[in-house]
Amino acid sequence: MKLAHKDLLRLATVGSVDDGKSTLIGRLLVDTRQLFDDQLDAVVAASEKRGVGDLDLSFVTDGLRAEREQGITIDVAYRYASTPTRKFIIADCPGHVQYTRNMATGASTADLALVVLNVAHGLKEQSRRHLCIAALLGVRSIVVAVNKMDEVNWSESAYLSVVDELDTLANELGFESVVSIPISALLGDNVVDPSLNTPWFDGPTVLHALESSDAGSWSSAHGGARLPVQWVLRQPGGGRTYAGMLNGSTLRVGDVVTLLPANIETTISAINSGSGPRELATTGLSIDVALDAETDAGRGDLIATAPLPTVTKEFAATICWFGDSPLRVGQRLRLKHTSKVTPVRVKSLNGVVDIATLAIDGNTMLQTNEIGLATLQSAEALVLDDYRDNRVSGSFVLIDEMTNATVAAGMVGRAAFL
Amino acid sequence: MTSDTLQAPHMTDHLDLLESHAIFILREVVAECERPVLLFSGGKDSAVLLHLAAKAFAPQQLPFPVMHIDTGQNFPEVLEYRDRAVETTGARLIVAKVQDSIDQGKVVDPGPMGSRNRLQTVTLLDAITDNSFDAAFGGARRDEDKARAKERILSFRDAFGQWDPRQQRPELWQLYQGKVNPGEHLRAFPLSDWTELDIWQYIEREQMDLPTIYFAHERDVVLRDSMWLAVGPFVEPHTDEKIERLSVRFRTVGDANCTGAVLSHAMTLSQIVNEVAIANVSERGATRADDRFSETAMEDRKREGYF
Repeated sequence: MKLAHKDLLRLATVGSVDDGKSTLIGRLLVDTRQLFDDQLDAVVAASEKRGVGDLDLSFVTDGLRAEREQGITIDVAYRYASTPTRKFIIADCPGHVQYTRNMATGASTADLALVVLNVAHGLKEQSRRHLCIAALLGVRSIVVAVNKMDEVNWSESAYLSVVDELDTLANELGFESVVSIPISALLGDNVVDPSLNTPWFDGPTVLHALESSDAGSWSSAHGGARLPVQWVLRQPGGGRTYAGMLNGSTLRVGDVVTLLPANIETTISAINSGSGPRELATTGLSIDVALDAETDAGRGDLIATAPLPTVTKEFAATICWFGDSPLRVGQRLRLKHTSKVTPVRVKSLNGVVDIATLAIDGNTMLQTNEIGLATLQSAEALVLDDYRDNRVSGSFVLIDEMTNATVAAGMVGRAAFL
Repeated sequence: MTSDTLQAPHMTDHLDLLESHAIFILREVVAECERPVLLFSGGKDSAVLLHLAAKAFAPQQLPFPVMHIDTGQNFPEVLEYRDRAVETTGARLIVAKVQDSIDQGKVVDPGPMGSRNRLQTVTLLDAITDNSFDAAFGGARRDEDKARAKERILSFRDAFGQWDPRQQRPELWQLYQGKVNPGEHLRAFPLSDWTELDIWQYIEREQMDLPTIYFAHERDVVLRDSMWLAVGPFVEPHTDEKIERLSVRFRTVGDANCTGAVLSHAMTLSQIVNEVAIANVSERGATRADDRFSETAMEDRKREGYF
């Protein structure tokens, strides 16, 4: 038996607490037979023990003791599924506002967001917050499962009113692909098998929508190649190669590249990867390259092809703030951008996003789980792309210098909808 | 896939991407941390981890030592493999023995037949402290267990070595940040997103060396608690148990007295890949007594500082 090579889709669940995200993932995994017999037996036993019926599907991903006791998702669960056409990495995210930082963790690497809404409640503030964060993080495709249709007697008008509200927001947030589906995660309708209860609906099931989505991995067609230098390898005979993970575009032996921030133009003379020397490297590969010029490149530098990123010590960014106390003007933090770590200071806070209206207010303090605009100054020069052009060289995290906790997700520039 | 990918001399498939991600994590942790160590049990996952570490830093030597937490209840084939694999990579091997923790009175000897599985945590945390390690690479995968499914790739441990699943650091994009204060450390799991099948497909692709007990062989076994245990110095048959000689292989490698064999005739890597692809019982469910104590056995051990 030769196992076929498949493409890979990373997806994250998005939506408010109790709308059924974990139950939907449990349903998807059970109905596509991704669970081993003993794993299913364990979920049945745990359901019985907690008196929640024969099979609480949310227990498939809610694996922590506290999660099962409280019936909520606290942190992201990663699950792996495989169908004849695709491999999936599923990040089942928490819906509760207190755990927004964990939702952002799951969504930051996603190609697609699986949005779960309760048909009876529509878009709650937390659903809007999650959709807003998913859009900011660069997710361009969403599959919207309008859940608990069984509780509204499979009402088409109830479904359509939620879809209308959703479509308006999705349009404002600039999602490129939106597929809505009426479902019952609990009963399985339109999850893997088409439902007999929704004769008025002729769209795909959730599984079919995920299998056929063209939300590819996030390589930008219009950007240049970016190779942040992670590590310098000494070669026998005295040469050096520069190791890192390539993104943005392909890189070929003979390509003219610029070493930044030093701004030295040179040529790629060799490329190695885990499977040996190669002429061409594609995005997502860990490689090491040799350069023609004698340089003292090191960790934190960036090797790039045109169009080149910006070298700067001051820049505007969009910030998702996770710190326990508010972010204030003048505050000092540590920033990690690609392989570079440097102190930064908040020069100005330029407003906070109102989740209900997407308008920017004039607040100059950013509270926990709020999204705002800021101008940052860095001690050392950074080599930046706008986040919309490159998810790697346009992203950074902010770190508390005392506790070393990650307290913010940052994106260079400003999303079109803000 | 982009059109560039299709023109590439080597097609980039999911194994290439998993390999690249793991190499990225290995390099990032080594760059960010002062004193990393690679935890090596001699099992298939740590074998893949060591193989990837060698690739990440080639042609140089590994920039960290390799450490085995030795319970003293090993399969001899695994110890042979450990020494062979470490010698091939030229790494420095540290062996931290549970027996030493017992001799020092830190843990109680459960007796020759008792499980030392949980005692390992004490030995592991002491070795991390004694060597001032601030990061420990492990071969754990998220598909193994529901508690592991929740864990970050870089997982923070406080000064007592504890994991707090309610207070994990956000981990955005691939911006793995590994700063810790003195006394604290990180566990780093480069194989987080690999499944059991990915591991075997990769081992087959790379034609890696492994302990012989992973391949089908004849062995005396007894059926206990619905697991086939290998009769030997750590497993004596009870009077009501019948010794049978069967063709078996091991799907995971842990202590000899809590790791079950599976009935199998898979003698080559490609036969194992096929067997794993159609398995309907999980690897830990099939073979690990240590996970059967309670609903949250793995979470409870991880909170204490287990692998």
